[in-house]
Order: sequence, then structure tokens, then C-alpha cells
Amino acid sequence: MSHHDIVLTDLCYEYPDGTIALRDVSIRIYPGESVALIGANGAGKSTLLRHLNGTVIPMSGTVVIGGLPVVKKNLNEIRRRVGMVFSNPDDQLFMPTVAQDVSFGPINLGWSLEDVSGKVTAALESVGAAYLADRHPFRLSSGEKRRAALAAVIVMEPDILILDEPVSSLDPRSRRLLIELLKGLDQTMLIATHDLDMALNLCQRTIILSTGRVAADGPTHELLEDRDLLESNGLELPLSIHECRSRR
Amino acid sequence: MPGIEDKLYSLSRFERLSLEDTPIHRIDPRVKIVLTLAFIITVTSYDKYAVAPLLPFAAFPVLFAAAANLPGTFLIRRLLIVSPFAVAVGIFNPLFDREILFSIGGLPISGGWASFVSILIRYSLCMSAALVLTATTGFYRICTSLQSMRIPPVLTMQLLLLYRYIFLLSDEALRLSRARTLRSFGAKAQGIKSTGLLLASLLLRTLQRARCIHEAMSARGLQLTLPQFENPVIKKSDLILAVFILTALALLRFFDLTGVVGGLISGALG
Amino acid sequence: MHMSDALLSPVVGGVLWGICATVIAVSAEKLKKDSDTAKIPLMGALGAFVFAAQMINFSIPGTGSSGHLGGAMLLSILLGPYAAFLVMVSILAVQALFFADGGILALGANIFNMGFYACFLAYPLLYRPIAGDGTRRGRVFTAAVTASIAGMTAGAFSVVIQTMLSGISSLPFGPFAAMMLPIHFAIGIVEGIVTGFVVLTVHSIDPGISISRPLVFSVKRRKKALVLIFAAAVLIGGLFSRFASNYPDGLEWAVAGVSGGVETESGESGFFAASSLLQERDTDNPETTVSGLIGGIITLIAIFLMGFFLKKRAGKASASRGGHAGN
Repeated sequence: MSHHDIVLTDLCYEYPDGTIALRDVSIRIYPGESVALIGANGAGKSTLLRHLNGTVIPMSGTVVIGGLPVVKKNLNEIRRRVGMVFSNPDDQLFMPTVAQDVSFGPINLGWSLEDVSGKVTAALESVGAAYLADRHPFRLSSGEKRRAALAAVIVMEPDILILDEPVSSLDPRSRRLLIELLKGLDQTMLIATHDLDMALNLCQRTIILSTGRVAADGPTHELLEDRDLLESNGLELPLSIHECRSRR
Repeated sequence: MPGIEDKLYSLSRFERLSLEDTPIHRIDPRVKIVLTLAFIITVTSYDKYAVAPLLPFAAFPVLFAAAANLPGTFLIRRLLIVSPFAVAVGIFNPLFDREILFSIGGLPISGGWASFVSILIRYSLCMSAALVLTATTGFYRICTSLQSMRIPPVLTMQLLLLYRYIFLLSDEALRLSRARTLRSFGAKAQGIKSTGLLLASLLLRTLQRARCIHEAMSARGLQLTLPQFENPVIKKSDLILAVFILTALALLRFFDLTGVVGGLISGALG
Repeated sequence: MHMSDALLSPVVGGVLWGICATVIAVSAEKLKKDSDTAKIPLMGALGAFVFAAQMINFSIPGTGSSGHLGGAMLLSILLGPYAAFLVMVSILAVQALFFADGGILALGANIFNMGFYACFLAYPLLYRPIAGDGTRRGRVFTAAVTASIAGMTAGAFSVVIQTMLSGISSLPFGPFAAMMLPIHFAIGIVEGIVTGFVVLTVHSIDPGISISRPLVFSVKRRKKALVLIFAAAVLIGGLFSRFASNYPDGLEWAVAGVSGGVETESGESGFFAASSLLQERDTDNPETTVSGLIGGIITLIAIFLMGFFLKKRAGKASASRGGHAGN
């Protein structure tokens, strides 16, 4: 059994006010896959993601990460295996310097301080952010913040990476840089995104979520060229496909 | 709103200054804290009429600031901008204490004026010592070294988070305040109700943000026993410096340098 | 209301630091028993909030001056006394270190004046009982205003006491208190109104935020608080009676002082004897004092010259190191 797979079975979740967020969601993500999770706002993407690192415990149904069910007693181990990059890097970079933030996870994991400092440097270098080590997050640009937040997660050497809107509000160059970075990672990846062109670029498989249900699950290039499927789920054709077709 | 912008600017200026690399910056933060405290205690231990004996103490903040390449004008501005309680209270000294202490060239100086000047000097000395400490150490390093001084982790961790989010929240407060001004059209935008609403909205955002931060911290393993960040070992040179400074402080305190210098000059002038 | 190093003697400052250190340690211990880790980011974020909120001024009706939120009461309502106190410690520390607002020696006094009374006395003994379950707006406002006034005036009064005990200021008790107390009374009223308003507004939007029970539940024993308040009352009352027996009415003092009919005090009993001792001068010889002054000024000039050269050297050194990377 692999450490690197995710199995959701009949997952259901309801908000305190009664709105149903997730309905009978069953998904299996295989080791090493890069999967895009797309859907209109309110479709349940973020709620789904929060089940994957134990921030939310399933109401009914099961979530099993690398063979470990997501229950209270497994939370620490699950959080070691699953690295989550949040949609708002300001919520994620909570220490006054980038280096200190990146070292937060490893120190909590109990690594020795010498190990930590080496790994922190390596992680920052791998995202091209070594020069940001002593900087205060407030003074970073959006792209720099996102790279720092990514470093803070990959330094913990997770088996699985979950990213929530990793490239939103980035300028084109920073966006390109981040996509290239993500391409170079070999963890199992699940990326929730509105950026369908990035999904085309990065993920072999796409899952469409609509009002809490899985509306479609298949190869990215198939799903993202199907205009009717996308539009019936509150989405549109990616720009690159749009352009291709309008040129014909 | 000039107040907020000025404070934000000042905070970020301090933060940049603290990243410089001079011998002063490299002194262990704990040593610097202890020395700053010793300095302040020495200065405040003088009686209320001490003026001349306090002046040589300026050596400490001035020379440290110079050696650390700190911008003099910025620091002086910080001293002047705060309308200090000390001045507001001290200015009454001349009013209530009129007994003549001495004269300078025929001009009688009352005890009240002497003590007022003493207050001003104390203020300058103590505040500049604190500013030099902050500017050469940086808040983050002060916090992590407090941890090693047995300050409870819940306090230091919370200090770090506070410092991290001060900029962000002040910025949000500034934006909210500007948005309010834009739609006030010259009317009294500063009423209690409108301020209360602004604060309430900022507070809601803050509480929401705190929940997200908690999620992020938990996702990276936050436990009840908070992480301890590493502290550099105190170097021999730091200890030697500390002994030197403490001795200098003691000597100055108990030996009237200015009297000697003044006596020499008056003697030389005949 | 920030007490300053310049007005403080090391003894008074040290004693207050000692008291604060104890209270800090106790608060941290109490919080350890709370197993909810969510309080830590909450405390940090709320601290940053109060700091930012203090920069938003509002005009105080009828006085033409402006004020800002102190924050201790709001924090106590949201976090409970122990956590709120620690957050106040942090805020005041930042103000002392970055804004020369107070001073490091005076930090202990400031924490006590602006944190202790509000969090450990006014909040549990005034706000909580009056506000009740927080369902009635009027009661919440009354609670907030009463508690804020109490906290503010107690704090302001303490500032007066600490200044007098230090003996650096010559302002007599009467005029000093007459200056401080009414102003802080008024500030307390406004702070109470703003606090009440913010708390009620936030609660109406998100009922999950409680006005009667803090977000961070902390154990509070009534009896201990009552003992504390009695001790404080005795202390304040004792000092007060000393003044009352030695001095005429505060107003008379103020008038007499302004009209110039005041002479410096000579050995009264108790408190004032202590402060007279602190006011002893180094020397009675005027000549020595003048030459001391000359010596002092010359020393100062020398210091600044040295500083100037040192800075030039330091500046060159950092330039040759390539300055600070990536700004």
C-alpha cells in the first residue's frame, strides 16, 4: 500500500447552517498523479481539500490517506504526509521572517536544529527564494509570498501536496515561474484552481466538482475541450482552447 | 491618515535597519537587552536635579548608533514625534519648584528648571537607548532571545505573530480609513459611530484571519508545547564588551567626570 | 497615559516590573491549562488588531480633542483576563521598543497601569456582572462604560502615585491628580462606548462571538479577585489618607501653586519624607554646579564628534560589503 494515494469514499459534509457542501464524493488519486480540481465558486472545492489534512473530519463517508484513515488519532501523521498550500499566502506565512516560517514545520516535527537549518536553506533554494530568508512577509510581492509558502510546505517532505488556488492574482511571469516549479515536483498533487490553462499545462487528470458532487473525472485534455460539460458546471473553455478554436 | 502611514513607515524602516550587518548588530541580543536595561537604570538613578552628570551618558547611545550606521535624523525624529507624557508633566517643575539652585553668569536658575532639563535629558537618553536596541537587533531576534531567557513561550510566540500581523492589519486599517474618508465628502468622518463600525469590520476580518492562521499552523504541526527557536551562543567578545560597558556605567555614575573636565577648563582659562 | 522612564526612579520601576513579571508568569501558567491551541494565533491577531485600531482616532464630543481605543477591555471581553493581559504586554512592548512610547524601565509600570486594572479587576468585577449574558444592549454598554472608567481612572491614579514616589517630577499630588483623573474619566466613557459598540456589532454579525463568555475560557476565582481588590483599596486608601492629612484640598493646592505661593516641602510624615530624601542634591555649591555644566557640555560635544567619525567609518564598511541585498 502506498503512502502516496488518496481514497475518498462516499464523502458527505454539511455546514452548520444546513447547506450541503459535499455529497457522496468518491475519488481515488494514485501515487504520483497530478490532478486538477475545478468547479464554480461554492462547488465545495475548499471543503473537500480541508478534509484531506484533517482540518475537517468527515461527517459521513471515509477519507484514507496512504492507508491511514483520517481520524483524530492519526492527525499528526497525516499532517506529516500531506502538505497543504493555502489560497491566501498571508494566512500561511505567519512568522516574522520567511526562514523562521519555513522552519516552523520541521521544528514541530522534532528535527534537530542543525538539520532544520540545512533543510530550510535547501527548500528555499528549490523555489528560488533563498534571498528572501530574512525578509518580513509583509514586504514580499505576491509571487514571492507564494513561493515562500510553497517552500514552507515542501520542507516537511510531504508525500502528497494539496494546493488551493496556487496562482491566483499573480502576474504572468510569477505565474509561469510557479507553474514551472510545480512541474518539477514529483509528489502526488491535487490542485484546486480556476486557472484552467494551468490545469491543462500541469495536470494529466481533472475532476469537476459541482454543487458538492463529482460531475466529471477524466483526462484533462478531454474534459477541458468539452464546452457543454464545462458550461453546464458553471465553467468555460480554457483560453488556450478558445483561441485555437476561434482561429479555425 | 498621516498617523498610520507614519507608524507603518517607521516600523518597516526599523525592520530594514535591523537587517544591516555591523559589529553592533552581531552582538548577542540578550547581552544588548541587559546592557540597555543597565544603562536606563543607571541614568534614572540620579537625583532630580542632575543635569551635567547625565550628559556623558550620551556616549552610549550616540556611539553605538554611529558604530551601527544608524541614521541620526530618523532616530531624532522618532524621539521628537511622540508627545511624551514626560515633557507634559516635567514642564510643571519650573512652576512648582522655584527655589534658586545656582546662577549661570548672573542668570538665576531655579531647581524647577534644572529638574525639567534633567527630565528632558533622561527622556532622550532612555528612549534613544531603546531605539538603538530595536534598530540593531530587530523585534524577531528580541523575541527569540526572550524565549531563551525563560519568558513563557505563549507570550513570545504570540509576540512573534503580533509583529508579523501588525503591518498587515495596520495596512488594512489604513485602507478602510481611506475608504471612509473618500465617502465622507468633508463631513465629520471621525464620529464615534462610524469609527466603531470601521473597527467592528476590521475586528471581524481579524477573527476570520486568526482562524485561517490557526488552520495553517495546525497543518504544520502546532502543538501545545510551542516550538523553541535556536539561539546563537554568546560570544566571548560580547561578554568582554558587557563587562567593559557595565564598568564604564558604574565609573560614570560614581565619579563626576563632568566636574573634572569643567574644573580643568575653568582652571586653564584662569 | 504612558508612564515614561524620564519620570521614574529605578526602585519604583523595578518594583512594578517585579509585580508584572509575577502576573505574567501566573497568566501564562493559567493559559497552559487551556488545551485549545487556537488561542495563540487569536491572541497574536487581536494584538495586531488593537495596535492597528489604536491608530484610528475619533473625536471626543464636547472636548474638541481626539482619542483612540485603549483595547484592554475589548481584549478581556474576547479573550478573558489572562490572555488579554498577555496581549496588552505585547502591545505595550512594541510601543516601547519602536515608538519610544514609555520606555523599557517604565514598561512594567505601563503594563500594570494599562493592563492589570482593566483585565483583572474592572473586567471580572464590573463588566461581567453588569453585562450578564450579553443579550441586552443597554446592559452591555453600561457594563463596558463602567468597567472602562474604573480601569482608566485606576490606571491614571497609579501613574500619579508612581510619579510621586519616584520624586523626579515636582508636580504635587493635588494638581497632578486634578489633571489626570478627569481626563481619563472622560476617555474611559468614550472607550467604554466604543468597546460596547464594537462588541455588540460583531456579535450581531457573528453570534458565535460571545460577549458574556470569552472566546478563550479561563478559570477565574471570585474570591481571589475580591482579596486583590481589597488589597488595592487598602493600599490606595492608605496613601490617600496620608495626603489628606498633610495637604489642604487639591483645588487649593492648584490655586496656591499657580499664584506662586508655594514653597518646597520640608520633612512631612510618611510618603513625603521618602520623596524628600530622593530629592537630595549632589552639592550645594553653585560654582561646582556651573563648572559641572561646562564640563558636561564639552563632554557632549566630544561624544558627538566621536560619533560622527564612527558613523562615517561604519558607513564606508557597509558600502564596501555591498550594502544590504535585495531591497
